[in-house]
Amino acid sequence: MSIQDIISLLPMILLAGGMLLTMILIAAKRSHIVAFISTLVIFTISFVAIFFIIATTPHLIGELFIIDRFGLYYQGLILIAAFVITIFSYISLKKFFPNKRKEEYYLLLMLATLGAAMVVISTHFISFFVSLEILTVSLYTLISYYREREKAIEAGLKYLVLAAMSSSFLLFGMALIYTISGTMSFSSLSILSSNVTIDATIMLVAGIVMMVVGIGFKLALVPFHMWAPDVYEGASSPVTSFIATVSKGAVVAVLLRFFIMADLYRYEKIMLVFTIIAIVTMLIGNLLALMQNNVKRILAYSSIAHLGYLLVAFIAGKAMGVEAATFYITIYVVTILGAFGIITLVSQSDNEAADIENYKSLFWRKPLLATAFTVFLLSLAGIPLTAGFMGKYFLLAAGLGKGEWALAFTLVISSVIGLYYYLRVIVTMMKQDEDTAIVGTAPVFSVIGISLVTILGILIVAIGVCPQWLVNVVSKL
Amino acid sequence: MILVWLILLLIGCGFLAWLTGRWSDILPRVISLTGVFIQLIIIVSLLLEHKQGSQWIISYAHAWIPFFGIQIKVAADGLSLLMLLLTSFLGLLSILVSWKEINKKVGFFHFNLMFVLAGITGVFISLDLFLFYFSWEVMLIPMYFLISIWGNEKRTYAAYKFFLFTQASGLLMFLSILGLYFIHGHNTGTYTFDYEQLLGTKMSTQTAFILMLGFVIAFIVKLSTVPFHSWLPDAHTQAPTAGSVILAGLLLKTGAYGLIRFVLPLFPQASHQFAPIAMTLGVISILYGAKLAFAQTDLKRLIAYISVSHMGFILLGIYAFNEIAMQGVVMQMIAHGISTGALFIIAGALHERIHTRDMEQMGGLWTKVPKMGALALIFIMGSLGLPGLGNFIAEILILIGSFFADKALTIIATLGLIASTIYALRIMQKVFYGKEEKKWVIADLGFREMAIMLSLTIVIIWLGLFPNCILKVSKSPVQKIIESTNRVFDVQENVVSQRIIIKN
Repeated sequence: MSIQDIISLLPMILLAGGMLLTMILIAAKRSHIVAFISTLVIFTISFVAIFFIIATTPHLIGELFIIDRFGLYYQGLILIAAFVITIFSYISLKKFFPNKRKEEYYLLLMLATLGAAMVVISTHFISFFVSLEILTVSLYTLISYYREREKAIEAGLKYLVLAAMSSSFLLFGMALIYTISGTMSFSSLSILSSNVTIDATIMLVAGIVMMVVGIGFKLALVPFHMWAPDVYEGASSPVTSFIATVSKGAVVAVLLRFFIMADLYRYEKIMLVFTIIAIVTMLIGNLLALMQNNVKRILAYSSIAHLGYLLVAFIAGKAMGVEAATFYITIYVVTILGAFGIITLVSQSDNEAADIENYKSLFWRKPLLATAFTVFLLSLAGIPLTAGFMGKYFLLAAGLGKGEWALAFTLVISSVIGLYYYLRVIVTMMKQDEDTAIVGTAPVFSVIGISLVTILGILIVAIGVCPQWLVNVVSKL
Repeated sequence: MILVWLILLLIGCGFLAWLTGRWSDILPRVISLTGVFIQLIIIVSLLLEHKQGSQWIISYAHAWIPFFGIQIKVAADGLSLLMLLLTSFLGLLSILVSWKEINKKVGFFHFNLMFVLAGITGVFISLDLFLFYFSWEVMLIPMYFLISIWGNEKRTYAAYKFFLFTQASGLLMFLSILGLYFIHGHNTGTYTFDYEQLLGTKMSTQTAFILMLGFVIAFIVKLSTVPFHSWLPDAHTQAPTAGSVILAGLLLKTGAYGLIRFVLPLFPQASHQFAPIAMTLGVISILYGAKLAFAQTDLKRLIAYISVSHMGFILLGIYAFNEIAMQGVVMQMIAHGISTGALFIIAGALHERIHTRDMEQMGGLWTKVPKMGALALIFIMGSLGLPGLGNFIAEILILIGSFFADKALTIIATLGLIASTIYALRIMQKVFYGKEEKKWVIADLGFREMAIMLSLTIVIIWLGLFPNCILKVSKSPVQKIIESTNRVFDVQENVVSQRIIIKN
């Protein structure tokens, strides 16, 4: 490994080293606040380090990693998201977790972040798989970290079983591809697979489809989505937002990288599979969300649908697809962080504010929180003045630019369906009721949390009104 | 730039109203009133100093998202200015009517009100299709809040219905806009949403027709044409008075404006193909709306169906493709805004006093509230098209114009005038005359309400007696649109109608 390699990996090395440092800190003295602050500092340092290596991109580290602007952008996004999640985690742990063993949570969070950040720069099956497993294994524990809650344990187990299964699909797919091509690096696939026999092509396609199944599980695409609602509901809100943003964002990035570097867009059958998955995901995700009464489950189905929308850009491919997908995932991350942040802030009991009834008349009790939540929900619904609209526009433009009318049409139809359940939550918040007794005491006041949510809300509106700067950033990747 | 300031002014006042609403109930009202009043003054001054000649009286363009060729391009011609005038006038009145009616969350109410007005203003001046769609959607959310928070008993249902109908149809329009954007981009290499550049985009007849349908559906849902009208009675009935006034007076007009400004010039040939269907739908709306209006017992619902019927005339007139009919349409947009707005204000005033909209429980109110009765009579006469009031001019122009385009349909549409007499007189009969059902003890219109109603009365009579003031302003934009629509196409009937020009 050269010096340049090490410098290029500096953000990741800082993150890993910082984690060890925090572990030592915890061993020396258990203190929730110290662990929390050290985590925040490490994320910040690691994030700042990205700006120092941006000049030396792209840099290849063997066949394993590539440090390019695209990867660094996603790393930055992941680190910011992790930073925000840490703050909400602190609030949640402080409110609901028994007063012991809170500190390890941050170690796991950092480890998962490290895994996700490595996934996005992987260009090889091995590095991809190992990073993904770091992410996933940390998530098993994070999901069931609130061990006093039955649902958390259940969710953790469910995630463990299904994620392990999806990993095995992924591995099997990789193995099949390796059998044919004799290579595990993304880029050499594009050269090799053009001159193989028909039988071999079938096996290659089968291998890729196996991998699609594995990735589909991670992204909770229909029909591999069954775990999402239960896990979203069972895990604590910050962890849920981690799964929805960091974990999914990283997988989307590597999926884009894999398909572009290995040039898999030439296999029409695979693209057909993706088209069908996208259509079903958009529709089923939104339709199932209609029947939910639990806000976390609603958001779970909504995030299923959103990944379906994202596939439209993914299918559009090189033309404008990468920009659109990156733009969309950025907005999606900001929105989901905000939405789950609000759930954390509104929660008062172990069950968290999951039931839609908890939001009744929130608009009159906590106008700021409710306004922010409204902004996030409208952004998810894709209404103008919010970033979600610009994101959806970008997706539609990418899809239609490639002539994918069926996908664009499904996107539009399912957005209308989606609107219904977002509005339902908003309407519930607007209700002016005499019997506010169900809700009990006012939400715990947390200055940092509320200001953070406000910032995210303002960001959403800002991007919704002047998206040009983000478009510029994204289009230069 | 002044056009952009119009929007920013409203939005700014909206935020200010929301903020001050925390401390006082009166401040938001005053702030909003001032904001809209300033807008009114600006628009009136623009109208007074404008001269015939160039197409746009005032315009402004600035890059917004250059990556996609999206600009903030706004411009106003006579048509836009008339619509803006109506917007600020009705906006002013809707703040005044809610002065006493709205007592909870006053700040947020005015925030929403100002936002709706800002969105509507944006719709009337946008010349960039993306900006247009943006404004089109921006006016929905606050309207949704107005209905769902301050509405009547079934407000949630009505708000949902309103939102889903308009949003779904709007997204179809958005797809069409994108389609147009890409076709133009492929043809010329410049990807832009600029209305003036997109004019005359070459595409196959079939594509043009499909793209046009996307626009048309969005607009005729807003225009509440049968069979897409079912959101309107619910939304109008459940909204607070100010909401009903804005819905009927302005939101419906955005549909008509969209058809005139965008559909006809962008898809001239497809519009001609579509004309028979559109005119038939228009006639069906006129008659069916009138029939349903007759069957209602809920006063606000009845007025809502009157709107359906009157919007039918608009559709009929637009697709007649001649100047007379189109001038009638412009007139109808304004006159209907005034007369229906006034009827909703009266219905609201009654509801405030007797807490019911059920006409079976009213009756014999004339003796109790003679002023209200007399004013209601004027606007009911307006609705049924009594000569001397604005609506008469509008309907007669539309009927004359569409007679050249399609004789049979026009004759059937004329029956709508008879039907309107029946339902309109029924309101008078049930509410103000007839037997007294209950012993209501109610006050007549107060000073504020009298001021509102008298200003409306003056306007509707002025429209009826001096329609030229309006027609003069809208003449040149209407001529341009008709010309550009008919240029591509020479049907003999249209050649005939070209020769008929309003004698000023």
